[in-house]
Amino acid sequence: MGKWTRRAFLSVGGLLGGGLVIGVGGVAFAPNRFGVREASGAGGDAQLTTWLKIAPDGTVEAIVPHCEMGQGAQVGLAMMLTEELGARWDQVRIKEAPAEEIYANGHFITGFLGEAGSVPSWLQRSLEYTTYRISRLIPLQVTGGSASIRATGQYGMQVAGAAARSMLQDAAAAEWGVAAHTCDVADGVISHPGGKSAGIGQFASAAASLEPPIHPQLRDRSDYKLVGTSPQRPDFPGKVTGEATYGVDVTLPDMLVATVAASPAPGGVLESVAREPALAVKGVREVLALPEAVAVVADSYYAASKGLKSLAPVFSNPHQAVSSESILAEHGSTLDAGGGGVDRKVGDGEGAIAAATEVVEAEYWVPYLAHATMEPMAATVQVRGDDVEVWAGVQDPLNARAVVASELDIDANQVTFHNMPLGGGFGRRLPFAFDYLQQAARIGKAMSPAPVKMIWSREEDMGHDFYRPAMLARYRGGIDATGHASAWTCGFTGSGDMGAGWPIYDVPHQEILTHSAPGPLRGGSWRSVGHSQHGFFMESFVDELAVAAGRDALAFRRDLLASKPRHQKVLDRVGEMSDWEGLDPSGRARGVAIVEGFGSICAEVAEVSVQAGQIRVHNVWVAVDCGLLVHPDQGTAQIEGGVIFGLSAALYQEITVEGGVPVQRSFPDYPMVKLADAPDVQVSFVDSDGPVGGLGEPGVPPVAPAVANAVFALTGERLRSLPMRPSV
Amino acid sequence: MIEFKLNGRDLRLDVDPDKPLLWAIREDAGLTGTKFGCGIGACGACTVHLNGTAVRSCITPLAAANGARITTIEGLSPEGEVHPVQAAWLAEQVPQCGYCQSGMIMAVSALLASNPRPSDDDINRGVTNICRCGIYVRIRRAIHRAAASGPVVMFDPADQQSAAAGEKVDG
Repeated sequence: MGKWTRRAFLSVGGLLGGGLVIGVGGVAFAPNRFGVREASGAGGDAQLTTWLKIAPDGTVEAIVPHCEMGQGAQVGLAMMLTEELGARWDQVRIKEAPAEEIYANGHFITGFLGEAGSVPSWLQRSLEYTTYRISRLIPLQVTGGSASIRATGQYGMQVAGAAARSMLQDAAAAEWGVAAHTCDVADGVISHPGGKSAGIGQFASAAASLEPPIHPQLRDRSDYKLVGTSPQRPDFPGKVTGEATYGVDVTLPDMLVATVAASPAPGGVLESVAREPALAVKGVREVLALPEAVAVVADSYYAASKGLKSLAPVFSNPHQAVSSESILAEHGSTLDAGGGGVDRKVGDGEGAIAAATEVVEAEYWVPYLAHATMEPMAATVQVRGDDVEVWAGVQDPLNARAVVASELDIDANQVTFHNMPLGGGFGRRLPFAFDYLQQAARIGKAMSPAPVKMIWSREEDMGHDFYRPAMLARYRGGIDATGHASAWTCGFTGSGDMGAGWPIYDVPHQEILTHSAPGPLRGGSWRSVGHSQHGFFMESFVDELAVAAGRDALAFRRDLLASKPRHQKVLDRVGEMSDWEGLDPSGRARGVAIVEGFGSICAEVAEVSVQAGQIRVHNVWVAVDCGLLVHPDQGTAQIEGGVIFGLSAALYQEITVEGGVPVQRSFPDYPMVKLADAPDVQVSFVDSDGPVGGLGEPGVPPVAPAVANAVFALTGERLRSLPMRPSV
Repeated sequence: MIEFKLNGRDLRLDVDPDKPLLWAIREDAGLTGTKFGCGIGACGACTVHLNGTAVRSCITPLAAANGARITTIEGLSPEGEVHPVQAAWLAEQVPQCGYCQSGMIMAVSALLASNPRPSDDDINRGVTNICRCGIYVRIRRAIHRAAASGPVVMFDPADQQSAAAGEKVDG
């Protein structure tokens, strides 16, 4: 293990005043992008452009090219770097990389996903529905796809740390007249068995003059001392004292505040608006007509909001006749029409269905969903001539910078983007979904040189999302004479999302077809992306097959995973945790589901009761194989949160459409799980030597099917559409 | 003119009395720890204490704060000290994105001040804030930890200042 095989190279340079900086680059894009830039200006700190900086006093700066939206990846990334380097954790400072091309991480993510040089499909999801000029929006500095640890961490941070360690060893060995391989770096000290030792800062400058190793040797996982422990999150003290400053909190001298109302119907444009009522509101400075929206600019959000409410803008509506009913019907007729693209074909699915002794058919539906981050979309833009500054919390500051530049028709380098901590992301703040930045840029330009903070109301936020696409799926499965699943066929309306719709099970004959997804709403990536839809479908359907075969739901899955010991181990663990073989408490039942995605395998058992049409989820047990568990406590937190996120969608949430307009606009009609209905969640990670997997999303998909399967076990009613509405 | 004590300091605002307290705190007083989540009192991100009671400041008109004592997350504990709820929050590593946390902590601190050892049902009824990251398991654990750490008294910076001035204010 520890062999680094990716085509990439290291670059290295000296620090102003001594010290070592190091970075890792990929060759898929511009090869010289990762050169260390010269320090500019006289005195002060050098502007350093790589991922690891060691100062002469031994302070290590981990410069991470990922945002903080709650998921804790910055800590995990710094830990991976520190582990390989051999520094002490208390020597390390974490810094988020600025939005500059040198920190682009897209090559890691695309390369990791086997799509080097292209945009990964979880971003294409948004792309399909927008008209951005893509060529101007690459490169990416993106956080998403549960990819920070498994891509940047594994192929970037670890490698940079290992390379720096090697160079420190070389530098010390040269000074001490010993062989480099006999030197070790641990706890921030370079040492030699002969008795020589020195802090890493002492040799940082000398190391910076050396060539970085082409293939730095990574440590063996069994030697890890820091990775696998749970240091506290450095961002938490500020988050419990109110000191943490999010995009919506940015405050600048002479700042104006704007809020907007865009066309309620997707694709609609502003036809007319009488500006006078808003201009009569005290504090309102300007009313701006944007192509698809009206914006009110004022000296406070209250005044802007009051001004906006006084207006009666008229928008066009290209989808007047579209409703949720018509959308569902159109999805149905799309599948009725047959055809479709082949997403997967193994053996002869149709033939095996014809030969089966029992055929199971089922149709599933999942609705549009909003992200509903707690912090509504917000951005502050200040335009001073060609000098533009932007403050916002986004999942890709580099792409965000390009979007603002494109909107203002200036070069991206003229835009300084200050990425702030995100009040939730979940895919809403990904690239190709930066409509709010385009609006803020236009408003900022109109009010130049004053800085303008644009804040969306909750209603604006929920009504103008890039929604998790609705999807209809029809499944057929065959059970052969021996009671085994012999056939699995499926057609669905929407994206297959890189195999998210492929069963993990050893079914010999499979045929999976994709179809277009009709509907007017903009689609986006929603935490767990395609697995949020396909996970529900597949894990409901395999449960139906188990029932048809007269088998226990967990044992049936286990048998279908005979060639996958990691999956079986995860199932076994969740079975033990939930006492699957034991009797259900009175009035309750359990259901199981297992989904593989983002490089991790996640199985969940939900325990439910149902009363008066209300599902109550009492417990959720989760077993996970994520390969390498970097930070057990934060890994657990991501799974806990994922379960609740998935449960809100399973039980409560849908965006419906009436008259071409999304209906739900705030929390009362788009409810969230709260403390009172939150189950206890128990998480267990199985020991694994598998490849590094992600954890931000894998907790989400299994919970809906686990709950639906539990409801079936309890009541005999199979709930095939979300949100679940039991009839008893 | 609206006058009230904000974290122990006198504040006089010549603004529309209909303006929600949330925006007066954020924009006029410049304290941004109190968050905007929905504007209709549904999510609790804007929770502050009004005379010791948790209120949702986004639907509390400024007029209702006239003459009142308002405490925000910035004034929850004396300068340099960590409130027992904040300490429990750190011990359990509760937050994720953190955006709802000011409101959540204000709701919990008010609950514990009136109900020192709440049951799970008390917590379910008393803390109805929304967390989109889904950290409820840890929130519940942290509430019980804070409750077990001793009585949670409602710190009021106004009391401290008054005491320093030699007068006792009925809290």
